[in-house]
Amino acid sequence: MNISAKQGERFAHAGLALLLLGLLPLALGPYWLNLVGKYLAFSFVAVGIVLAWGYCGILSLGQGVFFGFGGYAMAMFLKLEASAPELPDFMVWSSVEQLPFWWEPYSSFGVTLASIFLVPIPVAFIFAYAIFRKRVSGVYFAIVTIALSMTLVVLNIGQQGETGGANGITDFSTLLGFDIINDAGKKAIYWVEVGLLLAATTLAALLLHSRFGKLLIAVRDREDRVRFSGFDTAMIKAFIFTVSAVLSSVGGAMFALQAGLVTPSLIGAVTSVELVIYAAVGGRLSVVGAVVGALLVGFTKSYLSEHYPETWLFFLGAMFIFVVWVLPNGLADLFRKILRVKA
Amino acid sequence: MDNALATTSFAVASQRPESIAASQPVNAKSTLMNGKILSIEALTVSFDGFKAVDGLDMSIDENELRVVIGPNGAGKTTLLDMICGKTKPTSGSIRFRGTELSKLSDYQIVRMGVGRKFQTPSIYEDLTVAENLEISIPQVHGVWASIFFRRTKEVRERIAYVAEEIMLKDHLRMKSGKLSHGQKQWLEIGMLLMQDSDLMLLDEPVAGMSPREREETAELLKRIANGKSLVVIEHDMDFVRSIAKKVTVLHQGRLLSEGSVEEVQNDPRVIEVYLGH
Amino acid sequence: MPTTSIKEAIVTFGILVMQLFNGLSLFTILLLMALGLAIVFGLMGVINMAHGEIMAMGAYTTYLTASFFERHLPGLMDVYLFVAILLAFCVTFAFGYLLERGFIRWFYHRPLDTLLATWGLSLILQQTYRSVFGAQEVSVPLTAWLSGAWEPTESIQLPLNRIFIVALTILVTLGVWLILHKTRWGLRARAVTQNRAMSSAVGIDTNRVDALIFALGSGLAGIAGSVFTMVGSTNPGTGQLYIVDSFIVVVFGGVASLLGTAASSFLIAQMQTTLEYLMSGSMAKVAILLLVITVLYFRPNGLFASKVRA
Repeated sequence: MNISAKQGERFAHAGLALLLLGLLPLALGPYWLNLVGKYLAFSFVAVGIVLAWGYCGILSLGQGVFFGFGGYAMAMFLKLEASAPELPDFMVWSSVEQLPFWWEPYSSFGVTLASIFLVPIPVAFIFAYAIFRKRVSGVYFAIVTIALSMTLVVLNIGQQGETGGANGITDFSTLLGFDIINDAGKKAIYWVEVGLLLAATTLAALLLHSRFGKLLIAVRDREDRVRFSGFDTAMIKAFIFTVSAVLSSVGGAMFALQAGLVTPSLIGAVTSVELVIYAAVGGRLSVVGAVVGALLVGFTKSYLSEHYPETWLFFLGAMFIFVVWVLPNGLADLFRKILRVKA
Repeated sequence: MDNALATTSFAVASQRPESIAASQPVNAKSTLMNGKILSIEALTVSFDGFKAVDGLDMSIDENELRVVIGPNGAGKTTLLDMICGKTKPTSGSIRFRGTELSKLSDYQIVRMGVGRKFQTPSIYEDLTVAENLEISIPQVHGVWASIFFRRTKEVRERIAYVAEEIMLKDHLRMKSGKLSHGQKQWLEIGMLLMQDSDLMLLDEPVAGMSPREREETAELLKRIANGKSLVVIEHDMDFVRSIAKKVTVLHQGRLLSEGSVEEVQNDPRVIEVYLGH
Repeated sequence: MPTTSIKEAIVTFGILVMQLFNGLSLFTILLLMALGLAIVFGLMGVINMAHGEIMAMGAYTTYLTASFFERHLPGLMDVYLFVAILLAFCVTFAFGYLLERGFIRWFYHRPLDTLLATWGLSLILQQTYRSVFGAQEVSVPLTAWLSGAWEPTESIQLPLNRIFIVALTILVTLGVWLILHKTRWGLRARAVTQNRAMSSAVGIDTNRVDALIFALGSGLAGIAGSVFTMVGSTNPGTGQLYIVDSFIVVVFGGVASLLGTAASSFLIAQMQTTLEYLMSGSMAKVAILLLVITVLYFRPNGLFASKVRA
């Protein structure tokens, strides 16, 4: 087969839509579909990583921060709804008398939604712009993001009464009165999630095809030259980092809905680094690849953890090494080579 | 080292025919600086005690083509680094049409109209020649502008025009990584032309080129010198002679001599330092 | 009354001395951890996220040595520690050498890829430890002559094992410095890291130097891990605890400088012990991390990096 790159990409997007909208819901029962939903939540982050890391060379090992933020935002709303009119149970157990002020806004769905989409924007942008202005190298940036995610985990766990601590927040029941625990509810959430995800992948693809997409590549490969063409590269990098942060936040919110719980481990370094591998396996230069990668690795994790728990870490570690060593552009690249897509 | 030469070339410039970019209206600010586009005073930069450039005074006139020569380590590249904002000077001033450059960041300096060509060709190897030129369009420096940018007919024509000037008209769709060394240098010059820089800093533009390519580059530079100011660093004295009106010689970070090619070559101080050529 | 205030003064002085010693002890621990990393990251630019697991390797080796001595040479228990440290060094040195030759060298010039690949390695090592030694903690028996404390005065108690660590760290650091700056090999090593092409041109086997530098860094990690068995137990996740701290120390101090690493360990240790006195342990950690990030913002190359011509 000899396909052009553009055609190949269209096929991939179409294939993905077919898979998520048609094949999986028809073939899988509610338990498996729910699992798919969980891993699709990770794929939001993976798409962001493709944009920021694959195309712009920014490796962030702290995406868990934003993923956790979205997750906890949604969780707070759901928990408040489930516990109303009383305080959430973990607060009662920690003898917290009054709802902490920063929980208050999350009794409104509108505010919750807005914060999931909007709060990461100034936070991510200011952080990233401030750092990139200083021309901090990629390695330092990665280490700083690990350090920050660690810091947040420590803070989160320390404030047990207000955040649920190490156990996180769980026991949700309804979203705006709509049951989210029964099968029908979960299926509805699945559709919403897929809708959002396909919108995200389409937007990402459009972005990458615009002039801006070429700029990202230029910044990744020759940042100095881009600056000497008159571009403020810190702005470009901060922008794409912010996009990836918002995607992670949305993913986190979806995760809360699908998994029914959020814990500090979602914020931490381990998750953040794993998220990078999901993207890397699928293909750090392929938006569709990232989604597929997340699904594949996620399923492998579930399978191995259940049947051969000892082997999961071996597998994950080997996956890191394999992807970096043998297949730097992931499975998507392999596909391209097999189908002989013209570069 | 007087300015007679400079004023003459400025007078000639105002009657020049259409240049590559749209012809430049005389910048009001340049009259403030007596027709000088660049004015450098007491420029010094020190790296851990070593003074790469030491109290340098020099100026470039509007529409001048100045060549800077000097032995290795004289500070030539460092000088360009400071003008274009890659390195911050320790003290002294660099004024471009009245604006102090040492306070600006590199991309801001580019937007003011200063373009730099690096010693080793610095182009986007993964992108095609046309894409390389396109990225250099000055109007699209913002994020949103880039996202919504459309390749209009005007843009295409401009790219074709510049490509012809830099002798790469037939290579527009080639991945620039595949060009020859000399062609890459021309592409980089082309990117500066697209940027429409008023002051172009060229660091060894003919390094590694064949004699034929050197000739063509000399012609290219003479063409684009119309309406623009150029500062060229070079070692090849034949090439220097073929393009230069005025030459500045640097040595150990200081100005050693300035004048026409002949004056400088006969200057005993220069002979002593250079020994030959 | 004069006598009471003198007594109070002595007690306060004692507390101060012990605080300072705590800081000193933490300083030497951080330094020992970071030393191996500084060598590898600073000299070679290689980011080894499995550094913590190599420390754990040293710790587990020590545990095995202790068990062996307990079972077969109970009479020599007093000296097993020295054997253990030496053995830990040898094992991790060899491992490091093989690792560099077989794995790390494929990722030179790709620091982010090295980061990910070595993270993968660390996961594999962690699981190996879990499978071989079990998920629970193991600890080594206390060496008799190192338990207890030195009490120069009534109010000052300085634990002997910590004094041992301080002494060992000083020895090791001196040793490393001597090797790098006073031996022929050290000169070659520094030449290779500063100018590979030239070094190769004058006949230095750069591959071997690379492998040996990395091996040295791993060996130092092994010593650190071995020594830490004296102050804590070991489990498969121990490496993860150490790794980020070590990186922060190295990055904070300025990657290309041993002096920077030492100074950075000192500063961070002092800050940590002082802050822990004032607030809870986890908050102290948070405060330190934020401080380091802020300093790095203003001096991205660390405190002691010199300004280099681009």
